[in-house]
Amino acid sequence: MMSWEFFREWFLPGIWVTIQVLLYSTVLAAIVAFTVGTLRTSRFWIVRFLAGTYFEIFRGMSALIFMFWMAFAVPLMLGWQFVPLWSGTLALGMTYGAYGSEIVRGALAAVPAAQREAGIALSFTRMQRLRRIEIPQAWPEMIPPFNNLLIELMKGTALVSVIAVADMTFAGNLLRLATNESAPIYTLLLVLYFLLAFILTRLMRMLERRAKAGVGRAPEKKNGILTRKLSGRGESAQASAQTAGGVG
Amino acid sequence: MSTTPDSTTDKNPPVDGSQLIRFDNVTKRFGDNVVLDDLCFDVSSGKHVTLIGPSGSGKTTILRLLMTLVEPDSGTVKVSGDYLFHEERNGKLEPAGESHIREVRKNIGMVFQQFNLFPNMKVIRNITEAPVHVLGLSKEEAESRARELLELVGLTEHIDKYPSQLSGGQQQRVAIARALAMRPQILLLDEVTSALDPELVAGVLDLLRDIARTTDITMLCVTHEMNFARDISDDVLMFDAGKIIESGPPEKIFSEPEHERTQQFLNAIL
Ligand SMILES: Nc1ncnc2c1ncn2[C@@H]1O[C@H](COP(=O)(O)OP(=O)(O)OP(=O)(O)O)[C@@H](O)[C@H]1O
Ligand SMILES: [Mg+2]
Repeated sequence: MMSWEFFREWFLPGIWVTIQVLLYSTVLAAIVAFTVGTLRTSRFWIVRFLAGTYFEIFRGMSALIFMFWMAFAVPLMLGWQFVPLWSGTLALGMTYGAYGSEIVRGALAAVPAAQREAGIALSFTRMQRLRRIEIPQAWPEMIPPFNNLLIELMKGTALVSVIAVADMTFAGNLLRLATNESAPIYTLLLVLYFLLAFILTRLMRMLERRAKAGVGRAPEKKNGILTRKLSGRGESAQASAQTAGGVG
Repeated sequence: MSTTPDSTTDKNPPVDGSQLIRFDNVTKRFGDNVVLDDLCFDVSSGKHVTLIGPSGSGKTTILRLLMTLVEPDSGTVKVSGDYLFHEERNGKLEPAGESHIREVRKNIGMVFQQFNLFPNMKVIRNITEAPVHVLGLSKEEAESRARELLELVGLTEHIDKYPSQLSGGQQQRVAIARALAMRPQILLLDEVTSALDPELVAGVLDLLRDIARTTDITMLCVTHEMNFARDISDDVLMFDAGKIIESGPPEKIFSEPEHERTQQFLNAIL
């Protein structure tokens, strides 16, 4: 059976490593997603082409193989190597960032052209329009698909165990080798990953509600079964309360 | 704003009565569709000009061209003595760079049919955002200017609302305030009341009459509200198929149009 000793020595640090890998690769993926995603809306074809190429390449590439490549091929080619944690983080961030860029590009494209035109009419620069008008309006649309992607990324962090990063999957495998108690170990892992996903989803929901309020949409009510039943089909009547009046 | 000191054109700000806007042989096509056909006209500073004409005759395209939302295929547009789409380098006209266009464009404001307010900003920020970040006004300055304008358009109490919480008429007044906050020399109005409920139209038109009467902003206005056009216009331009087929003071165009097309058009809408 799994000893407390082992849990403290390997599993707890493993959870922490998983969270670290998740955090770093999320940050990297977000940077990649926004950079590549906005570049893909550039008015210069060469910029669009290069950014699109990045997307195609990383979409078509296995994160796992890329991770092996970073961990084992790069040292042979360059004569130096990344810390395994960084090989894993880079591979995850760059791959999932490519998926994310598609979300950013799509959400930006969905901002009505009229908003861009209003921005031009007020003489904003392209960067100002992106930063002050287009991204803030696209942002609430990005959050639900980002949530899915984040969960995928979180589960994807288990890949780093194969390049000897001591995350919680690595700890589990180690423990199984030592004890042969597969069932409890992998059950525990499943639960842990599920819990992480659950927490992430909650966080993203909160973010989504705040984001929607920030573009002047009524924040969505909590969509628990109970509240939905109690409030009937009543979506916000708040907007319609504010019409007419004050003209003339 | 002058670029080359040795250029032959007049770079000084126009004195009253001189040409503020000038179209020279402007042609615009969309595919095979010639939307503006070798168009020449000018507008003097402070004038209020109404563009009328059947659907598809190119009125919106004129305004969008001035707002640099579309580019001409040939010809030149001058605003306040500067080429809008061109720069003069060593006496030669070349396509203008982004920053030159933006500089000239600062003279121009536009109000859209669908308001196009920024839904992610409250009313006050809709109005202050560009003065702060484009003109470089301080936040306080921009806000006091915005408050004055909100008073003018009668929306002081809605300052902290989001556009989605306002009626169409109120949104359009905010849009007018937003355009005026940039202190443009030229204001472009493209059917600004046609998306409004009928009972909200009069209020917005009254506001525009007010602005026309009390400011010296040059206005280019596309509208189907002929009474309004008659009230505010110094000149009316009648468009057909990308050409100006008739122009003159409103009394003349509306009462005794010379051109048969103008007559037909007015009969159809009056
Ligand atoms: N982006 C575009 N792409 C293709 N064709 C266009 C585009 N914009 C306008 N057109 C065409 O140009 C012509 C003139 O359009 P414009 O909008 O200037 O007409 P208008 O006089 O404003 O008409 P309306 O009274 O209906 O608003 C029309 O035939 C229209 O179909
Ligand atoms: Mg039009």
